[in-house]
Amino acid sequence: MAFLTLTSIQKLFPGGVAAVADFNLDVARGEFVSFLGPSGCGKTTTLRMIAGFEKPTSGTITVNGKDITYTSPNQRNVGMVFQSYALFPNMTVAGNIGFGLKVRKRPKAEIAKKVDELIELMHLQGRADRYPWQMSGGQQQRVALARALAIEPQVLLLDEPLSALDAKIRIVLRKEIRSIQRQLGITTVYVTHDQEEALSLSDRVVVMNEGHIEQIGVPSEIYNFPTTAFVASFVGTLNLVSAGVIDAAAGRVSVAGQEIRTNRAISSAASGDIVTLALRPEGIALGDGPDGSNRIHGTIDDINFLGSIVRIRLHLNDGAGGKAPTTIALDTFNEPHLMVPTVGADVAVSFPREACFVLGASRDSGVASEDVGAKV
Amino acid sequence: MTRLAWWIVFIIGALYFLVPLLATFIFSLGQPIGPKAAPPSFEFYGEVLTSPLFWKSLGYSFVIGIVTIIVSISLLMPTAYWVRLRVPRARPFVEFITLLPFVIPPIILVFGLIQTFSQNFVPLTHTDFGSNVLLVAAYTVLSFPYMYRAIDTGLQATDVRSLTEAAQSLGAGWFRILVFVILPNLRVAVLSGAFLTLAIVIGEFTIASFLARPAFGPYLYLLGSNRAYEPAAVTIISFGLTWLAMIMIAFIGRGGRARVAVNRVH
Repeated sequence: MAFLTLTSIQKLFPGGVAAVADFNLDVARGEFVSFLGPSGCGKTTTLRMIAGFEKPTSGTITVNGKDITYTSPNQRNVGMVFQSYALFPNMTVAGNIGFGLKVRKRPKAEIAKKVDELIELMHLQGRADRYPWQMSGGQQQRVALARALAIEPQVLLLDEPLSALDAKIRIVLRKEIRSIQRQLGITTVYVTHDQEEALSLSDRVVVMNEGHIEQIGVPSEIYNFPTTAFVASFVGTLNLVSAGVIDAAAGRVSVAGQEIRTNRAISSAASGDIVTLALRPEGIALGDGPDGSNRIHGTIDDINFLGSIVRIRLHLNDGAGGKAPTTIALDTFNEPHLMVPTVGADVAVSFPREACFVLGASRDSGVASEDVGAKV
Repeated sequence: MTRLAWWIVFIIGALYFLVPLLATFIFSLGQPIGPKAAPPSFEFYGEVLTSPLFWKSLGYSFVIGIVTIIVSISLLMPTAYWVRLRVPRARPFVEFITLLPFVIPPIILVFGLIQTFSQNFVPLTHTDFGSNVLLVAAYTVLSFPYMYRAIDTGLQATDVRSLTEAAQSLGAGWFRILVFVILPNLRVAVLSGAFLTLAIVIGEFTIASFLARPAFGPYLYLLGSNRAYEPAAVTIISFGLTWLAMIMIAFIGRGGRARVAVNRVH
């Protein structure tokens, strides 16, 4: 049963601009859900509506069966962690963590005990009497998390909590957030524009674009089977190529005059239509591959060594007839005995049927079927 | 500009500031030349400081000043906070209102107050308490430009929205947010506004005089009309008190500024 439910949420800003439209989501108790999307996609607005800082224009928000759509933020028991930490500068670490409990008029001894527990949980021992300005960004964000957890919120909301931190601290804190969330079993909604963060942290990811949900799914589903061109282009790196449908029911398409089979029927187009085909670079291998694989031929344009991987770009046709050549990129693991072909060599590459998929419609016109070639 | 030019400008500025002060100080020590020449002494300072009227008027103005500060903060802090948080479009309008004391002379203000509050409807001028209330109300209006600007500048340097939302998410109501979260972070700004307000109230003459209040301003005027050296001594004492107040602001504000600086680095 859903613990946090958002039903038909819509948020219109003055001037009729729809920040969020037709947003429906069920979050189970203890689940970790991330809102992923570019700036301005409505993810933070949605989070702020759950927190109560913004009122939806229409729709309802319920937590544990109780409608909180118009409940004031201080009555919701929803913890929030901000990108800017938002620690109270006039209070010590202990004062910040204990603030919510003080508001709730809990006994002093209970507050002190809870503060000590959270200080230990957040590895902030010995810093209880420090002020926020005496701490690093990472430490401040730990305090902010402890402060939000102190009130034992029904739902924990995190608004890009790691984006102001440097890369190393971000990775460490990311692990800690996940570990603490699992330990406490707290229902969590996390907003980020960082796909790696969303995929590594979440039970489910909600990909948003222009105020709408593009796709909801577990991280592997979002990465491996994006349903729209936007999701495919936003999450991970991807080849997007234009393909002509030969037989929609059989999943047969033609790319640069070479036939490719997908592992499912194409429902969004009919035979003869032009569709956008997505191919992950890591799903393509040099050589013919095992029987049943898709095989295509091309000419190597460029080879890039990227450390652990080697990225090879090739074109599939010569671009005759005024059309741009169809180019794709493939990634292969770098190892000392890797036989790398030379630029200009004609090669065969292969990929399993499930590595390619036809994309559905997307609101992002920048990723249309015309946008052929490597998007990597 | 060369280093030498900077020094020249600095010295001219310092002389412009210090020479009148020095002249007042020398004059306050007594008549050093002429037929009635006397050796310099602090006699007039002694006379001022031992005068019951000096302490009574100063004490009265100080109390009125403190009450004015409390009223002014209570009125302007929630206003400035709300304008910044919820109705930023109203800011130019509120700023205009707070600047009105610069446009309307105190004499107009006090006549308006007397005209309105000496009638039967709200006869405040009929009693000492009522007149004191009027005086505080008038001084609160006079403090608007200084107090509002000081608080608004403080709010500008603080992430008011995030702090408010953080406190709200932790269950705090508006009163607690204002008193325990926002106000402590505006300490320096509020103190600046408070000292400016105090300085205005201590020296104000027109309104206090027309409301017949025993304030420090009318006392200074009276002293200046009847005595020669004492007003100069009082000027130096007032100057010393003002500097003491400014040193206090700098001392109290030092910690706050360091915090802001470190926060910005992060």
